[in-house]
Amino acid sequence: MSSIIQQLINGVILGSVYALLALGYTMVYGIIKLINFAHGDVYMLGAYFGYFFIRVMHLNFFIALILSMAICSVLGMLIEFIAYRPLRHSPRIAVLISALGVSFFLQNGMSYLYGSDKRAFPQAIETTQYHFGALQISNIQIIIVTTAVALMILLHLIVKRTKMGRAMRAVSADEEAAILMGINVSRTISFTFAIGSALAAAGGVLIGLYYNNIDPLMGMTPGIKAFVAAVLGGIGIIPGAALGGWLIGILETMAQAVGLSNYKDAIVYAILIIILLLKPTGILGKNKREKV
Amino acid sequence: MDKTHIKYTLSWATLALMIFILIFVMTIFNIIGPYGMTTIVLIGINLIAAVGLNLVIGMSGQFSLGHAGFMAIGAYATALIATAIPTVFGFVISLLIGATLSGIVALIVGIPTLRLRGDYLAIATLGVAEIIRILIMNLKITRGPAGIFAIPSFVNWQVVFGLSVLTIIVVVNLVRSTTGRAIIAVRDNEIAAESLGINTTKYKVIAFVIGAMLAALAGGLRASFIQSVSPQDYSFMQSITILIIVVLGGIGSISGTVITAVALGILDVVLQSFGSLRMVIYALILIIVMLFRPQGLLGTFEFSLKTMLFSSGGDNDKDHSKNA
Repeated sequence: MSSIIQQLINGVILGSVYALLALGYTMVYGIIKLINFAHGDVYMLGAYFGYFFIRVMHLNFFIALILSMAICSVLGMLIEFIAYRPLRHSPRIAVLISALGVSFFLQNGMSYLYGSDKRAFPQAIETTQYHFGALQISNIQIIIVTTAVALMILLHLIVKRTKMGRAMRAVSADEEAAILMGINVSRTISFTFAIGSALAAAGGVLIGLYYNNIDPLMGMTPGIKAFVAAVLGGIGIIPGAALGGWLIGILETMAQAVGLSNYKDAIVYAILIIILLLKPTGILGKNKREKV
Repeated sequence: MDKTHIKYTLSWATLALMIFILIFVMTIFNIIGPYGMTTIVLIGINLIAAVGLNLVIGMSGQFSLGHAGFMAIGAYATALIATAIPTVFGFVISLLIGATLSGIVALIVGIPTLRLRGDYLAIATLGVAEIIRILIMNLKITRGPAGIFAIPSFVNWQVVFGLSVLTIIVVVNLVRSTTGRAIIAVRDNEIAAESLGINTTKYKVIAFVIGAMLAALAGGLRASFIQSVSPQDYSFMQSITILIIVVLGGIGSISGTVITAVALGILDVVLQSFGSLRMVIYALILIIVMLFRPQGLLGTFEFSLKTMLFSSGGDNDKDHSKNA
């Protein structure tokens, strides 16, 4: 029993990082209907910036986290400005290929500049284990979960309480109507990318701290899984992404716990397909009636 | 069959034959060495897979991200069966079984997901391809991550050339048939097609299944040509490689797919000398082409010998106006 709870805790921690990534996917998909393949690579860049600030600049972990998020949000806006904005009225698949191009560029550019080997992420925070009966949890795990939850609450407040957040919701509901209401759509999309990329960067720095190593291709698999998480929760729905992220994290650690670790990714995808068959709009999704 | 049609068919046959003879002469005079030969065969294999994917993406307007999964089915079918029965007969059987299996998987995935509108096929195929790869990686019969070696080789460039030409003929004719028109109608306006009595799901599934079977054929050829298969060869990257050929060439343009498959194959050789910078340049080319030609290099334009040789107006003008 206690081992199940232990796995549940581990799942929630891994899931928090997926959730942070999935939020970016879901916001971007909600607003411009793009599967942003470069999102996982922004997460990778975030981890590398975190590495740079901690190892080279010897900054405090939290300062490094915030700086990395700030830089990645600027990068996210830059990516959108260069590679996606000119294609806003092109076929959607063109934007998708452009996103793939950006993803390749970031992965291979980083491999070219800094080598494709794994790097040890600095131990910015001394690990201490806390024991609660048979359960154990480390301070790093607590930091990951609290940071992730804090960022999610912040995101919720931004989306629900600020003017920009209202603009985001408006553009995602109906872009043309939003333009007519005087909303600057381009700026709103930029803002969405900035927030999504900042969350991805936070995920990258946190996972660096957790797994202790980073490499230029580290964003690929978590990127796809976070996208699955976003679909699972209902793509375009912000709480859905968080829920999906946690579910996938828990599922993955549970699969590992019952000895199916080789099949853990297959189980995640199988669940995805089952969800698509039963409720294609995702767990929190609503059915939209079609209008001709 | 009227006279122009026969002339037209003959001129296509002549073109194919001329390319065949050109490659043949170049091999005789050693202009293309073994490395060039490998490039030509791999171009042909990518072409078969890409033409199949263009049928799904370009003609039926559905978006598949899991072509590698179907290629893997074909590749492993050939690897297992052709190793057990190392004859030409065994090889042909293995290609057929691979294509059939792949078609069945496509049917199972396609029927439920293609009922829906939107990106669901993309997401489902992405998942299926990953599941296939993970199964291959962990099953005993497929020998895990190491893969299968010493597969008997029955593939040379002539075989691949012949099958590429055959694939193009089949797909082009399919697109011009009643079925093909229905598939395109579904792409252009699903609701309008439905109200004209077209069973939209059926035609989307037909396109998807044929695409998956062609992918399996390409996978089988590749397995026999390289003589080894491993799960890493059929990762998400492989799906993307094929997708890029289709999109760069122009979604819905078979001639575009052919040209890009050849161009990217050659580009790959040229960029080889850049070492690790190669993928960076490749990525930049990808972004730049999309920014300046979002519809792909050829858009939906098709090279037509009919237009070039016997221009008679009518149907051809339409093609040009689309391109403009």
